[in-house]
Amino acid sequence: METTDIGLWGVPLAMLGGAIRVSTPFIFVSLGEAITERSGRINLGLEGTLVFGAMSAYAVAVMTGSPWPGLLAAALAGLCFGLFHGWICKFPKVNDIAIGIALMLFGTGLAFFFGKPFIQPSAPDLPAIAFGAWSDIPQVQAALNVNVLFLIGAALAVFLWWAFRNTRIGLIVRVVGDSADAARAMGLNPNTVRLLATGVGGALAGIGGAYLSLYYPGSWTERISSGQGLMAVALVIFARWNPLGCFAAALLFGGAGALGPALQSVGVTQGYYLFYAAPYILTLIIMIATSSPSRTLAGAPGELSITK
Amino acid sequence: MADTVSSPDVRTILDARGYRAALEWTARRAEAFVIPLAALVVGMVLFSLFVLAVGKSPVQLYETMWRGGFGSWFSIQNSLSRGAPLLLAALCVALPARLGLVVIGGEGAIVLGGVAAAAIGVALNGAPSFLVILLMGVGGAAAGGTWIGVVGALRHYRAVNETISSLLMAYIAIALMNHLVEGPLRDPASLNKPSTQPLADIYRIGNIPGMEVHWGLVVGILACVLSWLLIEKTRWGFAARIAGGNVRAAQVQGLAVGPLIVGFTALAGGFAGLAGMLEVAAVQGSANGSLAAGYGYTGILVAFLARHNPLAIIPVAILLGGIDASGGLIQRRMDLPDATVLVLQGMLFIVILFSETFYGRFKLFNPDLWQRST
Repeated sequence: METTDIGLWGVPLAMLGGAIRVSTPFIFVSLGEAITERSGRINLGLEGTLVFGAMSAYAVAVMTGSPWPGLLAAALAGLCFGLFHGWICKFPKVNDIAIGIALMLFGTGLAFFFGKPFIQPSAPDLPAIAFGAWSDIPQVQAALNVNVLFLIGAALAVFLWWAFRNTRIGLIVRVVGDSADAARAMGLNPNTVRLLATGVGGALAGIGGAYLSLYYPGSWTERISSGQGLMAVALVIFARWNPLGCFAAALLFGGAGALGPALQSVGVTQGYYLFYAAPYILTLIIMIATSSPSRTLAGAPGELSITK
Repeated sequence: MADTVSSPDVRTILDARGYRAALEWTARRAEAFVIPLAALVVGMVLFSLFVLAVGKSPVQLYETMWRGGFGSWFSIQNSLSRGAPLLLAALCVALPARLGLVVIGGEGAIVLGGVAAAAIGVALNGAPSFLVILLMGVGGAAAGGTWIGVVGALRHYRAVNETISSLLMAYIAIALMNHLVEGPLRDPASLNKPSTQPLADIYRIGNIPGMEVHWGLVVGILACVLSWLLIEKTRWGFAARIAGGNVRAAQVQGLAVGPLIVGFTALAGGFAGLAGMLEVAAVQGSANGSLAAGYGYTGILVAFLARHNPLAIIPVAILLGGIDASGGLIQRRMDLPDATVLVLQGMLFIVILFSETFYGRFKLFNPDLWQRST
């Protein structure tokens, strides 16, 4: 692409575009995790789900020649992982955090196992909409080239925010997450609700993975995810289990993730790897700032083991 | 974890309560052996089904795995070499686990321990070798210990979830290593694979006499035995077990839970940092990207398989070292991806965690259920 010289303005512009590009998987994983955690369980295995979703989406897209069956496959694979986590955690003394770690390793291993033949071929990308077509500056056009999944993710965040407050299902999930005893008294089975909530969470994480392999970075490699699934879990806590907060936090993380590449694009190469660590450092700082030893977090589901 | 709190040694039991008590003690101990072994077998059966499903022979796979891991003196030595860092990496998970913490970022401590050791080894070039090796070990352990100790401190003083923070710290550590190895500490002569300057030969750690296995194995086994003694035979270990059972009860008893958590996590990270130092001094000869080889993650599995018992870590680490070592042979002989080993490990991990639900359920192993029936 021919680049017009717009000097240091390139950095914030590249970060804006980067934030939109990089944040999409965060949006989906964190919304999925928000649903799961609202029901009182934590699924750390979404990192593995993300990688497996990326692999299955890419494989199916290569085989069918269209990105959409790939997206569906990723969602289904994520659903299976989520349902498995939800099912196995209902047994007494089975720890949801530990199972999440195991699924993280298992999902990654399985993705590498089946993904080996798909490292070479190239798959069709998910479409993007050119919101920057009005501008003549290529950097602006690049920054405002927005993928449809980002828009779907934004709409989903608003919908979930509304649904948690105003729908029967939203209320059921929240009751189960706040007090399993109260839920049982209402005649609800907490295990079933959590099974479904974890399943839906997994499906959304799978879609996040599909975005990674089918749009940005847009290919399947074994290094495709570097902890996005895990950072999304931390992000949900920061967002106080609020879907709109998840969306905003995902954008912030996306911007931090885009810092390194943005600086590199204007010729700053010194300390590139340290900028690469920015999202992790940001997550850690946010976790430190928002945690407190003396009080439980506002808005935290009462049944969540991580905040007890 | 609770089972070890109430297990006095055999002699006292026999003197005090006689045959019945000894039987109860044996039953509880047997449970701790039988359930993990059964889980291991179930995991291997499930993996056989997976192998069948992808159209390969499980018999051939296990045979290849055995040959690659333990079938010859050569492969046994290879497994032991790979088991050595796993011993230390697993301690990084097991020690905090006794306090009720799930720390999974050992990889970061390994990486930083390796970089610190390499930097010390290069900076002190010319000094007597025993001194430099000692300081490399101390420096590596200090770097790893600081890294995981911070995780413990954040957990106790700021209530930051240790599982997530430790993994974030691991990613930060790897970025820091990449920065140092490609920038300030880079050996200009390392072109394709950015590395620190190679250690002088006198600062390398050699092999155990008569074996092709470096001294790291001995260090790892010693660390496991010392950790076991610390947990089971000292008052700090006792206090840690109390705090792991119930933090509030421990605080009511006047135990200093904060220093205990920071001390145990720092020690845990120190062991992982030592693993990094050994990788540099005994295997790589310099610090580079190979330090992040995944030992920290396999170590999580080792610790959970061993149920966070430092002595049980020794056989489990060597077993998983063997499985790791056979990966290459499986790839060549059976035309399966090298990730096959990862799939097996993941399955074993899930089955082992699932097996937790069976403790105390079987009448044979649970004396509490005997009373009720008689």
